[in-house]
Amino acid sequence: MSILVLGLGNILLMDEGLGVRAMEQFDAGWSVPESVSVVDGGTCGMDMLDLIASHRHLIAVDAVKTGAPAGTLVTLRGDDVPAYFKGKLSPHQLGLCDLLASLRLQGEAPDSVTLIGCVPLALGTGLMLSPEIEARLPAMVQAIIAALRDLGVEPQSRAL
Amino acid sequence: MTQRIVVDPVTRIEGHLRVECDVGDGKVTKAWASGTMWRGIELILQGKDPRDAWVFAQRICGVCTTVHAITSVRAVENALKMEIPLNAQYIRNLIQGAHNVHDHIVHFYHLSALDFVDITSALKADPAATAKLAQSLSDWSLNTTGEFATAQKKLQAFINSGQLGIFGSGYWGHPAMKLSHEANLMAATHYLQALDVQRKMNKVVAILGSKTPHIQNMAVGGVTNPINLDSQSTLTLEKLTYIKTLIDEVGDFITKVYIPDVAAIGAFYADWTKIGRGIVNYLSIPDMPLDTKGTKFALPAGFIENGDIVKGFTPIKDFHDPYFEKGVKESVKHSWYQGGKGALHPYDGETIPNYSDWQDDGKYSFIKSPTFYDKRAQVGPLANVLGLYASGHQRTQFWVNAVLDSVSGLVGSKIGVDALHSTIGRHAARAVRCVVLHEELSNQWTLLMENIGRGDTMTFNKPVFPKEEVRGFGFHEAPRGMLSHWVVIDKGKIKNYQAVVPTTWNAGPRDEDDRISAYEAALIDTPVAVADQPLEIIRTLHSFDPCLACAVHLTDTENSSTYQVKVV
Repeated sequence: MSILVLGLGNILLMDEGLGVRAMEQFDAGWSVPESVSVVDGGTCGMDMLDLIASHRHLIAVDAVKTGAPAGTLVTLRGDDVPAYFKGKLSPHQLGLCDLLASLRLQGEAPDSVTLIGCVPLALGTGLMLSPEIEARLPAMVQAIIAALRDLGVEPQSRAL
Repeated sequence: MTQRIVVDPVTRIEGHLRVECDVGDGKVTKAWASGTMWRGIELILQGKDPRDAWVFAQRICGVCTTVHAITSVRAVENALKMEIPLNAQYIRNLIQGAHNVHDHIVHFYHLSALDFVDITSALKADPAATAKLAQSLSDWSLNTTGEFATAQKKLQAFINSGQLGIFGSGYWGHPAMKLSHEANLMAATHYLQALDVQRKMNKVVAILGSKTPHIQNMAVGGVTNPINLDSQSTLTLEKLTYIKTLIDEVGDFITKVYIPDVAAIGAFYADWTKIGRGIVNYLSIPDMPLDTKGTKFALPAGFIENGDIVKGFTPIKDFHDPYFEKGVKESVKHSWYQGGKGALHPYDGETIPNYSDWQDDGKYSFIKSPTFYDKRAQVGPLANVLGLYASGHQRTQFWVNAVLDSVSGLVGSKIGVDALHSTIGRHAARAVRCVVLHEELSNQWTLLMENIGRGDTMTFNKPVFPKEEVRGFGFHEAPRGMLSHWVVIDKGKIKNYQAVVPTTWNAGPRDEDDRISAYEAALIDTPVAVADQPLEIIRTLHSFDPCLACAVHLTDTENSSTYQVKVV
């Protein structure tokens, strides 16, 4: 029952890196059992085949463009995820979509894929998120926790 | 009649590339290559601690993380005139070798083979006839009827599922697709096998780099892998032995599948040895240093002028060679940056965006245009293989001749070295480079083991930063060609930083003297059978292995969400 929480995005481009930043905030505040891996995937592609193949469930955290206002959160599960990627709505669509397709070809696709996304505001050059998106990170962390609970895992707050 | 064809974005590459071509009488007459997103890593690094630069630099690209990490530390070490412990050199060499081998396999099978291989045709092949064909080319153990039949079923099920993903943008049934059903099934099956093989190479990077996707073990001054053959938390004998096992397991695939496949596709598409020549000034640099100062290299290289590997070759000798350092300049005359100062050396380079609309004779790209001693140059595996060949590197000469002999045998006439200056030649050179690097991986592993065996466990020298301004450059022969980082350090902080990436050399716009780039030149005279399905244009572009992610970077996603080919 292994789960991969995978933060995606380019941290050099402000909100483009919000998936990685949300994953980091989750990792800083919450501990998880050994069966859960929390990984910063950046914008990598084929490099992550092995990583994803070695987990049964994937929770991807990423910047998405849905046409909704900046800061809008989405959580997608199951068949909605590949359908969603088909419309090329995430900047990293090429990477993750191709990875999942490759894994399906090899019969190693995860049992479940959950996508936790947020619509970015600023995609300029910079290491910081825009304040508006920074303010959405706690809600994204809650969405990660909810996704883990759905898979039967209860993260523990590091503050306790 | 001249038609304008716009391909935007070019698919199955990293990042965002737009190409416009004028086509008359079925051939490209004029071409423009444009990076349509801009990259600002240089600005992020200004004012930062040079010891941290590599951490940010490896985020430039999702594919070449290790490549930028290694080049960045080399640039800072160069500025400080540091020596690097032998173990660190060998460990870096192993990481870069494994990364390059991995990258070349993925590029050929997963990013460009579909330009020549029709998956839908593979479904109609006879597995037994496919096995017969494959066995005539190679004694690879998995070239069996059963293996081809299983692969065919897998592909059929995948295509039936409707979620094509990786196969999404192939030009099935295009008149320029020439392979038989059986050749298509053979290549498609090897595509599936390559998916497994590339993962093994990536594991080598992961073990040595402590983590992928982003390696953790780099440091200005060496690597952070403590070596203790008995301690579990360090680089142990067990880990080193496992690395050797992984290296060995990939060897057969390269020599018995990749090389024969490239030769076969080269023979089936022999007309493509005459297409895509482009710029024949080639720039590559020596890599895999064998000493602490970076003066001796396993893989020598240099600059080749006018395609002449005998009289036109000038070696680049070491990590401090002024011949290289003084030769590089970048122009922004046709790029969306503020300019007016002429072509600038990277130490003095500026990156101030200044976007206008597309102008055929003016500015049309976010990529800058580099030159070497004011000449345009092509970089990449072909440049590297020719550089190695010109340097007298014996294993390169052996493999170049082996591949050319094999193609000659299949087509029934002599194919010479000149055929390498072409679209298919770039694929052949990449395969040669892959096998040469793989052989070198084994050598580097042995060198590391022998050095540790002599009792040397050093992996790091501490950098010391002077108060006065220092400058330096680092280079690395990356999968897409020669990469260089240039750094100016003042009082221990980065004052200026420029990354001159391989795709910049190849995909740049016109230069200060309005001369076209390697992509643009290679596209001239490329045939185009169907204007709104410009498969041939894609073939030539893919042969360079474009990676725009670091040449430029993303600012807009919604507008780039649909793939379009426009005939204007």
